[in-house]
Amino acid sequence: MTQLFLEQALNGLQFGLMLFLLAAGLTLVFGIMDCINLAHGSLYMVGAYFVAAAAQAADSFWLGLGAGVAGTALLGLLLELSLFRQLYRRDHLAQVLATFALILIANESVRLIWGPAPLLLNPPESLAGPVEIAGFFYPAYRLVIIACGLVVAGLLYLLVAKSRIGMWVRAGAANREMTEALGINVRALFTAVFVFGAGLCALAGGLLGPLLAVQVGMGESVLILAFVVIIIGGIGSIRGALVGALIVGTVDTLGRALLPTLLRATLPADAAATLGPALASILIYLLMAGILFFKPQGLFPARA
Amino acid sequence: MSALLEIKGLEVAYGPSQVLFGIDLTMTEGEAATLLGRNGMGKTTTLRALCGLEPVRAGSIRFAGERIDGWRPDRIGRAGIALVPEGRQCFPNLTVDEHLQAFFANRRGLAAPWTPASIYELFPRLAERRRNLGNQLSGGEQQMLAIGRALVTNPRLLVLDEATEGLAPLIRDEIWACLDRLRGEGQSVLVVDKYVERLIALADHHTIVERGRVVWAGNSAALDADHGIWHRYLGL
Repeated sequence: MTQLFLEQALNGLQFGLMLFLLAAGLTLVFGIMDCINLAHGSLYMVGAYFVAAAAQAADSFWLGLGAGVAGTALLGLLLELSLFRQLYRRDHLAQVLATFALILIANESVRLIWGPAPLLLNPPESLAGPVEIAGFFYPAYRLVIIACGLVVAGLLYLLVAKSRIGMWVRAGAANREMTEALGINVRALFTAVFVFGAGLCALAGGLLGPLLAVQVGMGESVLILAFVVIIIGGIGSIRGALVGALIVGTVDTLGRALLPTLLRATLPADAAATLGPALASILIYLLMAGILFFKPQGLFPARA
Repeated sequence: MSALLEIKGLEVAYGPSQVLFGIDLTMTEGEAATLLGRNGMGKTTTLRALCGLEPVRAGSIRFAGERIDGWRPDRIGRAGIALVPEGRQCFPNLTVDEHLQAFFANRRGLAAPWTPASIYELFPRLAERRRNLGNQLSGGEQQMLAIGRALVTNPRLLVLDEATEGLAPLIRDEIWACLDRLRGEGQSVLVVDKYVERLIALADHHTIVERGRVVWAGNSAALDADHGIWHRYLGL
């Protein structure tokens, strides 16, 4: 039981860190420019495809990861300059419609280019096996994902919390007009944030690629979770995104793994069998509702 | 000497409803000027249009020899106009120190620019609060921070909207003393406030707006001499 718990806790941490990579870009785009980007999940999917295709071509996972992240960032730049700049001024409905269209376009384009079958992305061979930690075996590759996630989260924290650019980003998220009046080009700043966010999507997609299937539609389910994360954390707050992502990742993973077992111990078998999976899959939404009841603006509200 | 700021025939409209119908205002470098009038007469809109925060429908704004109406607010900010807005608008998610560090700039290469350190000398209370967030300050401290945040951009023109509104009398005196000092150091200042006596002491030139039009303009002596103007246009 302890082993299962430890293993699932590590899985939760790993999932939470990847969710953070996705939520970081989403929360800043939403927070600074007040723009709902449903296509954020598509950047994640396209990023995973780019990484998988580049890794196959280069026959190296890490080269593929670098190329895929750079390619997705470039795609993000083109999207921001061509489409999103036109969307910021519009209302949320227009943004939802346009970015939903982007999801459909992205899914069909990917199907057209790579076909309907999932793409195979192998982890680096040296990391394919398990390692022993504290008496149980855990996949080495998952540990590397955790390490990557921690490093990126740390760097992002330093960038946002300590650098002047980070101060401008936070100021822009809280009060865009005032930030501009003080001489900061929030438009250019935002292009940079959007591109950076697209790169982080590809990083998450590429790192998760060997664990999940790289396939059409993989962005949608994760997009919903990313929205839950930023709403729990407080829209526009990087710290909120980190805390929210770790909460959602851990609760979701542990809930799915442990809840059925716990219910079996307390309820009749057939009731536990039906209730367990159902309850596990709505657990994070219950959590979100609970947090919003006490903190309607999320845990770390960025706006006044 | 050419004007630092020259606003001519400024018109601004919110959708179909026009709020400014041709505001004129001229300032020279080093001058302190005020904009007076009752609430809702167009003072804030004039200042916001000056900073690029409202679209200009007609008229022109020239600043330091360049026509700036139509520029984006950040470009106007970098050109040297800094706003201390109504309601202070400190950032709730930045510390006092971050407010000053983030926006510090010495674009004109001044020998003795305003720096975060010199703002702490100007307002010692802010130094005590440097780790507090913008929303953890009293109203007076927020106003000091809003002034400090504008000053560290080392502006050619400091614009204050409702400089002392809602502040306790002692804090108000402190803000006025600060503005007197800035004035003495040659900082150009454009102020909106309700305390006409203090504004007469501070500024050289005054412009009164009513329903989006300039109804009176003149110097401090003229405004001081005719209290009928106060009564008619300011309700005092």
